[in-house]
Amino acid sequence: MDQAGLRKLEAQCVQEEPPSCTAECPLHVDARTFCTLMNEGNWSKAWGILTRTLPLPGVLSRLCHGPCMDACLRSKKGGAINLPALERFCAVQVTKPVRSIPMPAKGKRVCVLGGGLAGLSAASDLVRKGIKVVLHSSKPGLELAEADSSPLPSGILESELERLAKLGVDFQPAINVSRAECESLLEEFDAVVIDRTEQDIAPLNLDEPDAVTLGTSLPGLFIAGVEGEPIFQAASGRKAALSSERFMQGASMVAGRDREGSYESLLHTNLDGVAPVDPVAVPEDGYDVEQAKAEAGRCIHCECLECVKHCEYLEQFGSYPKVYARQIYNNQTIVMGTRMANSLINSCTLCGLCETLCPGDFSMEDLCLHARRDLVEQGHMPQSAHEFALRDMNFANGPDCSLARSAPGTKASTHLFFPGCQLTASRPDAVRSVYDHLRHNIPGMGIMLRCCGAPAEWSGQVSEYDRAISELRSQWESLGQPEIVCACPTCQGMIRSALPGASVSSLWQVLQDTGLPESAKNVGMELTVHDPCTARHEPELRQQARTMLESVGAQLNEVEMSGELTECCGFGGLLAEANPKLGSDVAKRRADALSGEVVTYCAMCRDMLSKGGARISHVLDILFPDAAVGDMAARPVPGYSRRRENRAHLREELLRDLWQEPGAPPKPYDELAVSFSDAALSVMEERRILESDVRKTLLHSRDTGQRLVHKETGRLRATYRPVAVTYWVEFEEKDGEYFVHNAWCHRMRVAGGAA
Amino acid sequence: MSVIRVPEADAGGWSCDRCGEELKPTPVNLEYMDSRFTVELPFCAKCGIALISEELAMGKMLEVEKLLEDK
Ligand code: SF4
Ligand code: SF4
Ligand SMILES: [Zn+2]
Repeated sequence: MDQAGLRKLEAQCVQEEPPSCTAECPLHVDARTFCTLMNEGNWSKAWGILTRTLPLPGVLSRLCHGPCMDACLRSKKGGAINLPALERFCAVQVTKPVRSIPMPAKGKRVCVLGGGLAGLSAASDLVRKGIKVVLHSSKPGLELAEADSSPLPSGILESELERLAKLGVDFQPAINVSRAECESLLEEFDAVVIDRTEQDIAPLNLDEPDAVTLGTSLPGLFIAGVEGEPIFQAASGRKAALSSERFMQGASMVAGRDREGSYESLLHTNLDGVAPVDPVAVPEDGYDVEQAKAEAGRCIHCECLECVKHCEYLEQFGSYPKVYARQIYNNQTIVMGTRMANSLINSCTLCGLCETLCPGDFSMEDLCLHARRDLVEQGHMPQSAHEFALRDMNFANGPDCSLARSAPGTKASTHLFFPGCQLTASRPDAVRSVYDHLRHNIPGMGIMLRCCGAPAEWSGQVSEYDRAISELRSQWESLGQPEIVCACPTCQGMIRSALPGASVSSLWQVLQDTGLPESAKNVGMELTVHDPCTARHEPELRQQARTMLESVGAQLNEVEMSGELTECCGFGGLLAEANPKLGSDVAKRRADALSGEVVTYCAMCRDMLSKGGARISHVLDILFPDAAVGDMAARPVPGYSRRRENRAHLREELLRDLWQEPGAPPKPYDELAVSFSDAALSVMEERRILESDVRKTLLHSRDTGQRLVHKETGRLRATYRPVAVTYWVEFEEKDGEYFVHNAWCHRMRVAGGAA
Repeated sequence: MSVIRVPEADAGGWSCDRCGEELKPTPVNLEYMDSRFTVELPFCAKCGIALISEELAMGKMLEVEKLLEDK
């Protein structure tokens, strides 16, 4: 990602856009924060919000008619927030005078002719920026200064004028200027602002001022002042002040001014869950404390966060995609020092929900996947993030587990059953039953046991992925390019994109077409469907699974976030490997959102959500239940070691039963007699230590004699580093039988004594 | 380079079974991702086995590994 790419991405996220009220306000008061503070009863801080933005806060807070109300989204849910009434209430509460600290003097001087709200506002803005102002007016404030007809309570205008005088506005009597006199003022001052509501501009013989800058054919002369509401007069004064400043700095007069007045915000706010609330009526002498708090409390606090609301990952990292894009960009461009965003990059499940929800189609999936590829390419991907998952993939694709055969007694395949490595790991017996059932109806049904390559793809390992896929491709070609029948939505998507020439279908469709098992008719269950995130953009697949379930008599319920809005189980993108704690939080959150008996058609979703606390079955748990288990929805999830054994055993079983071939001889470490305490098994699972790692360590210790002994307990410890991880095992040994109490590991390598 | 001492590196009653030797606190080199530290660990002077306890491996060591991986 380069700078331009970052800018483009940032622009897709509208979370930092102002709410529509602020965009509509000609002076852009931060009404959202103002309402929060008003609702809390924090009048003085709320007043601070007004004084920060309004040039004459005491006056404008009392006189503004509230054009923001036309844009307020609350108007669709009861009625717009009454900002004018709230501002008036706030102004009355705060009796302390406004304290303005001007910026250091800049050595510039501006002459303002005319003391209407535009002239006064221009003067106020300029003196606050350290620019000296001389203001000529017969009566600063004009009709606001008329004691008997002013809409303001007495004393308000006076104290604002006093404040301006203190800040350095030099009030002088009105003067009439000719064009020549105006030109000489322009020589004496750095700029001149005219408020035409007091100062007659006819003698100057000028065209109407420019709409964007209020500039005229006399450089440095700006004409402000409009008929109409006070807030528009003030905005016109502010525009003239800004133009004078730009003129004095020699900056562009027009660049970046498109959002100076009212504009349309791009902020997206979902009002679906917002209940209507009627406005609080304003009594004749204004709100009281409770009324003001209640009216401010109706503010919706408009913001987007559509993606964050539905993603535990986005929420836990505490911000939103626009900020994440910057963090990931910085992570990538860093030369020295810590890459702070590695965990952010590796924790996205790549589920694609954010992009579906986002009004600007922001895709964290694309962002994180590309960032992972960059990390891998630059050699900066943390080793520990995905190594275990990639080892697991290589095991599934290695000689112990992988198999690619045409059906026994056939030479080529018309079809190929591809169960996927996780279904094989979770329910090898179901894979076997399905394969027997399929062969019965489609004699040319071959089988391929291996991984589809998703872990390599998700971890950004492009070359490992290419290797896995080219092996898969050549096996498929050698079987006669059969139609591939997938039992896993992830495999189906991966294979579809890797083998564009192959015809790929779902097991659910094939079972529906060729016959469901007799035993599964009339299941008569009520089930809530969980769609895997890899089926988000596969409406046909989602429908096929449903149709099949309904045709065996299941009654299906849908949750709110399903179909293309489904939420990930926590396994996607290898989240559960790179960030196990977040992985289980994601699983738990999704499990909590699924009520009753749940069904899904992804083996990994089934296992993750089961660990997350759901009563959940895989479709095959319903079609091909395991008689030995009984309650399939509560079937325990096999651990990492068992998953590997399940794959290897299924391969052996198929070879033996269907092709009458002996399996591979057992490995020497498999022949050790080893048993484990429950505590050992549970820490091993958490630390990603396999039983085979422990066995290798014990075998190494037996062969070398190297081990430690404890002088009181007699317990033993052995250590071994097969490749990149050093394992430690604490155990007892009696007559060649091992009992394992504990195991731990580290990646740091012991390079010997330093002496 | 200075030798790092950590409280988790106590022999705690463990000795080398093969050599019959006590484990003595000894400076040992540890390496990860192009970084090298010298840490005092219980060590068998005869066969060179260094004890890395569960507390050390899953605590400080893991922290340092993660830090180095993000460098
Ligand atoms: S959905 Fe998320 S990424 Fe998209 S605009 Fe909203 S906050 Fe930004
Ligand atoms: S986990 Fe899914 S919803 Fe969340 S950021 Fe990643 S792709 Fe988007
Ligand atoms: Zn020794």
